[in-house]
Amino acid sequence: MSPRPGFVLDVDRSTPPTLMWHGEGFRLERLPTGSRIVYPSEPFEPIEDADFAIRQALENPMGDSAPLSALLRAGMKLTIAFDDVSLPLPPMRAPDVRQRVIEAVLDQAAAAGVDDVVLIAALALHRRMTEPELRHALGDRIYDAFAPHGLLQQHDAEDPENLIHLGLTDQGEDVEINKRAATSDLLVYVNINLVAMDGGHKSVATGLASYKSLRHHHNVHTMQHSRSFMDQRHSELHSSNWRMGRLIAASGVKVFQIETTVNNDPFPEQFSFLAKREWEWNLRDRAAFLAVSASVNRTPERIKRNIFNSMRSPMGLTSVQAGEVEAVHAATTEQVLREQLVPVEGQADVLTMGLPYICPYNVNSVMNPILVMCLGLGYFFNMYRNKPLVREGGVVIMSHPTPWAFDPVFHPSYIDFFDQVLSDTTDPKEIETRYEESFATDPWYIHLYRTGHAYHGVHPFYMWYWGSHALAHLGRVIIVGGDSSAVHRLGFKSASTLSDALEMARDVVGPHPSITHLHNPPMLMAEVT
Amino acid sequence: MSGLSDKLSDTLADRLGDRLSDRLPRLRLPRRPSAFPWAPPNWPTSVPMPPPESRTGSDYETEWARRYGVRLARAAVLDGVIRPLVHGIIPPVVEGTDRLDGVEGSVIFAANHSSHLDTPLLLSVLPRRFRHHMVVAGAADYFFDTRLKGALFAFSLAAIPIERTKVSRRFLDLAAELLDDGWSILIYPEGGRSPDGWGQTFSAGAGYLSVRTRVPLVPIHVAGTVKALPKGTGRLRPGPTAVSLGAPITPGPGDDARRVAQRLEASVAALADEFRTDWWQARRRAAAGASPSLSGPEVSAWRRSWALPVSASRSPSATGTSGQGNGAPFSSGSGSDTPWSRR
Repeated sequence: MSPRPGFVLDVDRSTPPTLMWHGEGFRLERLPTGSRIVYPSEPFEPIEDADFAIRQALENPMGDSAPLSALLRAGMKLTIAFDDVSLPLPPMRAPDVRQRVIEAVLDQAAAAGVDDVVLIAALALHRRMTEPELRHALGDRIYDAFAPHGLLQQHDAEDPENLIHLGLTDQGEDVEINKRAATSDLLVYVNINLVAMDGGHKSVATGLASYKSLRHHHNVHTMQHSRSFMDQRHSELHSSNWRMGRLIAASGVKVFQIETTVNNDPFPEQFSFLAKREWEWNLRDRAAFLAVSASVNRTPERIKRNIFNSMRSPMGLTSVQAGEVEAVHAATTEQVLREQLVPVEGQADVLTMGLPYICPYNVNSVMNPILVMCLGLGYFFNMYRNKPLVREGGVVIMSHPTPWAFDPVFHPSYIDFFDQVLSDTTDPKEIETRYEESFATDPWYIHLYRTGHAYHGVHPFYMWYWGSHALAHLGRVIIVGGDSSAVHRLGFKSASTLSDALEMARDVVGPHPSITHLHNPPMLMAEVT
Repeated sequence: MSGLSDKLSDTLADRLGDRLSDRLPRLRLPRRPSAFPWAPPNWPTSVPMPPPESRTGSDYETEWARRYGVRLARAAVLDGVIRPLVHGIIPPVVEGTDRLDGVEGSVIFAANHSSHLDTPLLLSVLPRRFRHHMVVAGAADYFFDTRLKGALFAFSLAAIPIERTKVSRRFLDLAAELLDDGWSILIYPEGGRSPDGWGQTFSAGAGYLSVRTRVPLVPIHVAGTVKALPKGTGRLRPGPTAVSLGAPITPGPGDDARRVAQRLEASVAALADEFRTDWWQARRRAAAGASPSLSGPEVSAWRRSWALPVSASRSPSATGTSGQGNGAPFSSGSGSDTPWSRR
């Protein structure tokens, strides 16, 4: 049976309470009659023989690319770059798609007699992956064959020796990327597309770039002019990356792009109730919900976090395409949107959403308040095409515990950003002007980024910019059930219950607001007309 | 003064009460147990309700009943309880098991059907290599109309649901898969128990299954069970029974389901004749196409009942032309023999 598409439910008295994520927990909330809930589609069936599909894609490339086997030859310099730990979410069950694809590529490279092969994790300014994370993404066979010889590298955006400036785009944007990748005879990029923003030229132009290059599109102006950055047609982020990608190609860097999509099936069987429509919960779902909720409420935070972080997603491969970047990405985006797009009529005064425990930047760590803002106002708010789900001047209500907690190893600059910058101002433009450079060039943060597992010093700024379009668009942001001091530091309002939050929203949008709830998981993208 | 002491004692009592209530475990009542998620959710009125997924009748899932543990339990029940009861209450005489000697792998057993005792009887007397690896096609509307009954018969008889009125794809697919996996099938081509003790027309289902899977069809004739427990009564009357197995019918390349079904019916009729007379007479009549019909004479109801064989015991003087029923003599299509003799 084909999966049922997403749809909009009009809430009436018969509608059961709606499940909302609340960090490492859940809330069942009864939305007011007349509200709407946007439900995602059911997950697509995964490809039965993923390895066969990958081999087929490599031999039947898209665009003007030759098959991979024809591009490989003895004596060549081959670099294989791959997406880092921020994808997919949650991490998928082994074998990871990257492992399957890279093993297929390496099989062909070995057959062609290619000796000079280097693998690079395309981190951009993200933290370096740990050995277990690399082993999970690539598998032990690849890790043990490459890492001991220094042939499994992690991109270092602060290593001047291993960066190369390829020129300026017609908009004056610096294009500076990883030298090994740029000077290889062939750069194979292996990607996982979870949302429409991922992939395409962004893979190389962002994933393998330096701060000097990234700052041209990771800034407040770009974000506020990307409506949304999930919609390629109206995304300045996309346009900038495409300009850079084309310059990279024009500079003679031969990229063979391999893009994969996975289905919208993020959580294992025990948590299947998360992705089910509440009125379809059977006895087992209800028992699972009650049991999980009761356990979560009685478990200490750290243990609870470890349990959730150890969860592996059963998501399966739904498509794989390879070849020339733009042709590949067009097919990939079409596949992602086919599964995620849900038509919605009209905007609402209030948009509600439950935020989970994970986002691309806190894998295996705590979701700090800045990342809560980024996930809600950066990612979820931007999951639209045409116009946002909430009207200009409207209110977003997010449910998340928002603890005043940071991971000092992964997010050291976030701590200072939260203490020093947000205590002064929450205005993205002002933050960018007054503070960005000092954090971006701080030698201590750079040292931690290059040698430890820390996000780059400028990363919390980018997270804040990620939500800048929403901040400019909204009249108020309310967090339900959050740590009130942390919420206030973010510049948002804090509410104990959803009813209180709705009451507070009425002060901004009037006494009879229209309400839309974004149901998650799985993910969806609203086509708002 | 007394007021002061009252006040003091009240205060002490309050304090003591508070302390006690702090120390005693608090009774935690479930949070609104009648509400979701404790209770099932409502179905929103704006969402069309899909037709309920049927889990009974021909949709009943019986896969669990063929797992090894369940098979083991069923074998214990069959050999430890059902077989002794069958041999004690309706002692069977079995003939023709030697006809299965050369048969390997799965077979489709097809028998006439006149009583609920037929299945336990056959499961008790068929060779061990078949009876512990066999499913029984049971009427979906009768044995699987509730999940409880479905579970009971799936466990005790390894029953699988079959529709009486049509040959469903679901049944055929499942049956073909089971035959392919080495299971044998017991099927009643008449589609249900005889209402009056006489046979009914055989449907083509068993023949179709045999043609499709090229699995041999073994005709079986059962006698005596209708006397012990006829349709419509709940009273068991102990008495002898008889089971005759015929030679396997293997569909040839040009055979169609209807032709195989006709051969099957003729074989069962010949077995019935053989049971009442002897092998040689039955063979001669079968060769001449003159085996007495299983469905009895087309006369009034009481005369059909009157003409029924009275016992499953074989008479030493049985000749096939000897005794008649208590009523007027009946003749088969050829008019020469009178096979519906009462003994």
